[in-house]
Amino acid sequence: MTELMPAEGVFSLIWLLIALPLAGAVILLCAGRRTNSWGPYLGVLTVSASAVLGWVMLWEMLQVSPEQRTVEQNLYSWLVVGDFQADMAFQLDQLSMVFVLLITTVGALIHVYSIGYMSHDRDRRKFFGYLNLFVAAMLILVLANNYLLLYVGWEGVGLASYLLIGFWQYKPSAAAAAKKAFVINRVGDVGLSLAIMLMFVTFGTVSFEGVFGSADEASQGTLNAIGLLLLLAAAGKSAQFPLQAWLLDAMEGPTPVSALIHAATMVTAGVYLITRSNAIFDIAELAATAVIVVGVITVFMGAIIGSAKDDIKKSLAGSTMSQIGYMVAAVGLGPIGYVFGIFHLLTHGVFKAGLFLGAGSVMHGMNDNVNMRRYGALRTVMFITFITFAAGWLSILGIPPFSGFWSKDEIIHAAFEQGVVVGVLLVIAAGITGFYMTRMFIMTFLGKARWEEGVHPHESPKVMTIPLIILALGSTFLGMALLFWGDIESWLEPVVGFESKPAALSTAATIAISLTVVIMGAIVAYVMYWRRPVPIEEPRGSWLTRAAREELYGNQVNDALVVKPTYVAARATAVLDAKVVDGVVNGSAAFVGALSTRLRRYQTGFVRSYALSMVGGAVLVVLALVLVRAS
Amino acid sequence: MTEFTPPEINYYAIAPILIMFGAAIVSVLVEAFVPRRGRRPTQLVLVIGSIVAALAVTIDLRGTRLVTGAGAVAVDGPTLLLWAALLVISLLGALLMAERTIDPVGDSFAPRASALPGSDDEQQFARRGYLQTEVWPFLLFAITGMLVFVAANDLLIMFVALEVMSLPLYLLAGMARRRRLLSQEAALKYFILGAFSSAFFLYGAALLYGYSGSVGFVAISDALTAKPSEGTLVALGVALVIVGLLFKVSAVPFHQWTPDVYQGAPTSVTALMAATVKIAAFGALLRVLYVAVGGLRWDWTPMLWIIAALTMLVGSIVAISQTDVKRMLAYSSVAQAGFILIGVIAATPEGLASSLFYLIAYGFTTIGTFAVVSLVRNASGEATSMAAWAGLGRKSPLTAAVFSLFLLSLAGIPLTSGFVGKFAVFTAAIASGGTWLVIIGVVASIIAAFFYVRLIVLMYFAKPTEDTASVAIPSAFTTIALTTAAVLTIALGVFPQWLLDVLEQAGVFIR
Repeated sequence: MTELMPAEGVFSLIWLLIALPLAGAVILLCAGRRTNSWGPYLGVLTVSASAVLGWVMLWEMLQVSPEQRTVEQNLYSWLVVGDFQADMAFQLDQLSMVFVLLITTVGALIHVYSIGYMSHDRDRRKFFGYLNLFVAAMLILVLANNYLLLYVGWEGVGLASYLLIGFWQYKPSAAAAAKKAFVINRVGDVGLSLAIMLMFVTFGTVSFEGVFGSADEASQGTLNAIGLLLLLAAAGKSAQFPLQAWLLDAMEGPTPVSALIHAATMVTAGVYLITRSNAIFDIAELAATAVIVVGVITVFMGAIIGSAKDDIKKSLAGSTMSQIGYMVAAVGLGPIGYVFGIFHLLTHGVFKAGLFLGAGSVMHGMNDNVNMRRYGALRTVMFITFITFAAGWLSILGIPPFSGFWSKDEIIHAAFEQGVVVGVLLVIAAGITGFYMTRMFIMTFLGKARWEEGVHPHESPKVMTIPLIILALGSTFLGMALLFWGDIESWLEPVVGFESKPAALSTAATIAISLTVVIMGAIVAYVMYWRRPVPIEEPRGSWLTRAAREELYGNQVNDALVVKPTYVAARATAVLDAKVVDGVVNGSAAFVGALSTRLRRYQTGFVRSYALSMVGGAVLVVLALVLVRAS
Repeated sequence: MTEFTPPEINYYAIAPILIMFGAAIVSVLVEAFVPRRGRRPTQLVLVIGSIVAALAVTIDLRGTRLVTGAGAVAVDGPTLLLWAALLVISLLGALLMAERTIDPVGDSFAPRASALPGSDDEQQFARRGYLQTEVWPFLLFAITGMLVFVAANDLLIMFVALEVMSLPLYLLAGMARRRRLLSQEAALKYFILGAFSSAFFLYGAALLYGYSGSVGFVAISDALTAKPSEGTLVALGVALVIVGLLFKVSAVPFHQWTPDVYQGAPTSVTALMAATVKIAAFGALLRVLYVAVGGLRWDWTPMLWIIAALTMLVGSIVAISQTDVKRMLAYSSVAQAGFILIGVIAATPEGLASSLFYLIAYGFTTIGTFAVVSLVRNASGEATSMAAWAGLGRKSPLTAAVFSLFLLSLAGIPLTSGFVGKFAVFTAAIASGGTWLVIIGVVASIIAAFFYVRLIVLMYFAKPTEDTASVAIPSAFTTIALTTAAVLTIALGVFPQWLLDVLEQAGVFIR
C-alpha cells in the first residue's frame, strides 16, 4: 500500500510548478502592449522553468522506494461547508509525475516553436499569456488531490482552450468554433459536477484518498452512475463519441495550440480522469464496459473522418480522436490496460505534437493553405520538416522500433487479453490508420507538386525546426526508453495496478497481424495517391467518403437533437412567460377569472398580466400549502 | 384602561438603523435649507459618512445576540452580517449614483421632468446647478428600511420595513435622465405590483395574527407547537406572507416586474436595487421561514421546491432569448434567486450559511455587473442592446475583461465567488436530502452558462461594427465601486474560507 508523504525538499515546491506559468499568464495578460517585445520569451521561460523543476522532481522521486513516491502538499483549506471539505492541496505521484513532464516539456517545446510561428502576429503576447494560462490550469488538473480542485483545472483548461481556438477572432469560423467547443464541453462538465456531488453524497468527501479508500463500500448502482458521469465528462474533454464534434472545428486555432492542447495534453484529460478514478471503474463493471464501447466507436469515427479530409489539420484532428479512442478503450479494460493507455498517451503526446508542428511548418511555407491537394513534393524544399514528419508518421503507424509501435501494440495485445472482438476491431482500425496517415504523408511530401501559383515553399526558421527535431527524436526513441529503461509498467503499478492475463493471441502473433494490416492500409494509400495523380478538385467520392467529409453528420445530429430544441424551448418559454400564463390562469380557477376581469377594468398594458400571474402563483402557493397541510 | 408601558429598547444594538434613519431625516432638511450649489457635496458627505458610521457600529456590535423592542427587533449574527453586507453594497451603490462624468450632461437622474434629455433646456438647468439631489434622502430611507427588514422579528415591523424600503425605490426607478418614458413606466409598474404584493403580505400577516394571537415570530412559532391541528388558517397565512416576500426576491411566477424595472430604472439604481433588495428580502424570508414557521417545514418545502425549480429554469431559459443586456441580467437575477432558494429550502444551519454566502457574493458581483453596463454608451446614452456590445473586447479590453469576470462568476466558474456560492448551496441541499433539486440546479446553471458566455463571445469574438458602443471613462466614484466588486469576486472565489468562518461564527437566528 502506498502512503502519503509530506512534501519536503524539492517537493515543497510543487506549488511553484503551477505558480510559474500562472504568474507568466497574469503578467502577460495584464501588462498590455509593452510586453510585446519580451513577452514571448517570458512565456517560454516560465514553462521551461517548470519543466526543469519537474525533471528535478522526477530525479528525487527515483531516489525513494515505490511505496513512498506519493507526495502531498496542502497549501490551505479552500472550502469548508458543514461536513464538506476541499483543500487547496496537490498530490504528486507516479501518474501525475508523467503528466507534469509531458505538459511542461512538450509545452516548453511548443512555446519555443510559437516564437517563430507567431512572430508576425500583433497580439502574440496575449497568445503566450493564454498558453501559460493553459499550462497552469492543466497542471492544476493533474496535480489536484481532490475532485473539486481537479474541476478547477478542468474548467481552466476549457477556458484557455476556448480563448485559444478563438484567438484569430477576426475569422467568424474561429469564433463559431470556440463557442461550439465551449458548449459541448459544458455538457461534459455537467457530468463531472454531478459525479462530484454524487461522490460527496455517497462517501462524504471528494478527496482522492477518501473516495478511493471507501469505493468498495458503495453499491454497484451508485458506482456505475459515478463512472458513467465521469465517462460523460471524459467524452466531452477528450472528444469521444458522442461529444466529439468540437475537435475538428477547434483546428481553427493557431497550429501550436492544436499541437499542445488539441493533441498532446488537454484532450487526454479524459483519459487521465478515468485512469485516476481506477478504483471506481475497477468495481463499476457497466461503466467500464461503456468506456470500452465509447473508445472503440471513436477509434473508428476518427479514423474514417481522418481518411476523407483534405485539410491537413482536420485529418490530423480525426487521427487524434481515433488515437485517444485507443487510450480510452485501453483504460476501459481495467488493470490490464491502464498502464498501456497512459503509455500510449505519452508517446502519442510526443509524436502527435511533432506531426501537428510539422503540419504548421508546412502551412508556414505554403501561405497558410491547409488543403493537401495543393501540396505535394514538399520533401525537396523542406527537408527537415519532411524527415521529422516521417518519424511521426512511422510512429503512429506502429512500425518498429518507433515509439507508437510499442504502445499501440501493447494496447491491442491487452485487448486480446480481454476478448477477441475488441482486439480484432482495434487491429482493423490500425489498418485504417495506416491508410490515412500514409495518404497524408504522400499527398504532402511525395508525388508531384500541385502548388498554387505564387506560392514559394521554404523551410521554416530554426526556432521552429529545432522543436521538430527534438519531438522527432521522441517519436523515435521514447517508446523504447519508457518500456525498457523507464519500465513504465512497474512505475505506474502502485497507482493504477497492473495485471496480465493469458491472451487469445501471443505477443508475437499480435505484432505480426497488426503490422500486416497496417502495411496493407499503407499500400492501399500508396496505390491510390502515389501511383495515380491526385486531382486538385476533390472527387465526389463514395457515400462513406462524403459522410466522412461531413464528419459523419455529428454536427447535424447535434443540431437536430440539442441546438434546435433548446432554441425552440427558449422561445416557447418566453412566449409562455409573457402571454400564456394569464390565459391558463383564466381558464383554471373560476374565482381567479372573476378577479381577473375586475383587475382588467382598472389596469391596462402588461401590468395586468403580471399581476394576474402573481395572483395565479399565489393561488397555487396557497393550494400547495393547504393541500400538503390537509394531507 | 390598561396602562401603556413603553418597551425596553437597547438603543446601541439598533444604532445602525438609527444612524441611517437620522441621516435620512437630516438629508431631507438639507434639501430644504442648503443652497442649491451646496446640496450635492453636503448630501454626499452625509450619505457616505452615515453609512461608514453605521458600518463601524455594526462591526463593534459583533457577537451581539439579543431581541429588543418587546421582541420586535432581533440583533443576532445573521442580522449583523446582513447589515454589514447591505451597508457595504449600499456604499458602492451610492458611489455609482454619485457618478457624473460618464454622461456628458451630468449625473444619471433627470434634473427636471419637463426638460427633454439632451435639449438646450436641460443644459441650462445643468449649468444653473439644478440637480435631482432628492435621490439621496430616498437612498437613505431605503437603506433604513432594508436594515429594519432583515432585523424585524415580528410581522408588523417587517411590513413597515418593507414599505420604507420599497417606496423610495419605486421613486428612484422613475428618475432616469434618458429614456424617461421607459423609466417612468417601470416605476409605475414596480409600484403597482409592489403594492399588490404588499397586500398579500399584509393579508397573510393578518391571518397569522388571527391564528396565533400575535404578530411576533416566536409567538407564532409557539402557537404552531401548541395547536398543530388547526391547519387551513395557518397554511393560508404562511402562503400569503411568503408570496409577498417571493415577489421581492423575484421568484417565478412573481418575477415579471423584474426585467421591466431593471431595464427602465437608471442603471446605478438598478445596480443598488438588484444587489440590496435581493439580500434584504432573502434575509427576511430566511427569518420568517426558519424562526416563525420552521415548525411547518414539511409543509412549505414542497411548495418552495417547485418554485425554486421553476425560478431557475424559467430564469435561465428565458434569458437565452433576450437581446437587451439589462433584461438579460434581470432574468439572470431571477435564475440566481432560484439558486439561493435551494439553500433556503435546506433549512439547516449549513443552508443558512450557504444562502448568506451566496447572497453576499451575488451582491458584489451584481453591483459590478451593472456598473460596467453604465459605462457602455453611445450617442443616445447607455447602449444596452446586445448588438452594441459586439466586439467590445477589441475596443476596450479592460472593461470587457472585468465584465467577463463578473459573468463567469454569475455562471459559477471555479475560482470566482459565484462558484463557491453555488457549490455551498448545492452541498447544503444535498446534505439535507435535496438531491433532485440540486440536479435541476446543475442543469439550469449549465443553461445559464450558455447565455453568460454568449455575451463574452459577442464581446471578444465578434467584429466591432459601426453600432459598437464606446466605453466612457468614469471618475473615481465608479472606479472604486467597480474595483471593489472585482477584487471581492475573485477573493471570495480563491479564499472563501474567511467568510465561511465568519458565517459559521454568526450562527443561526435568535429565537
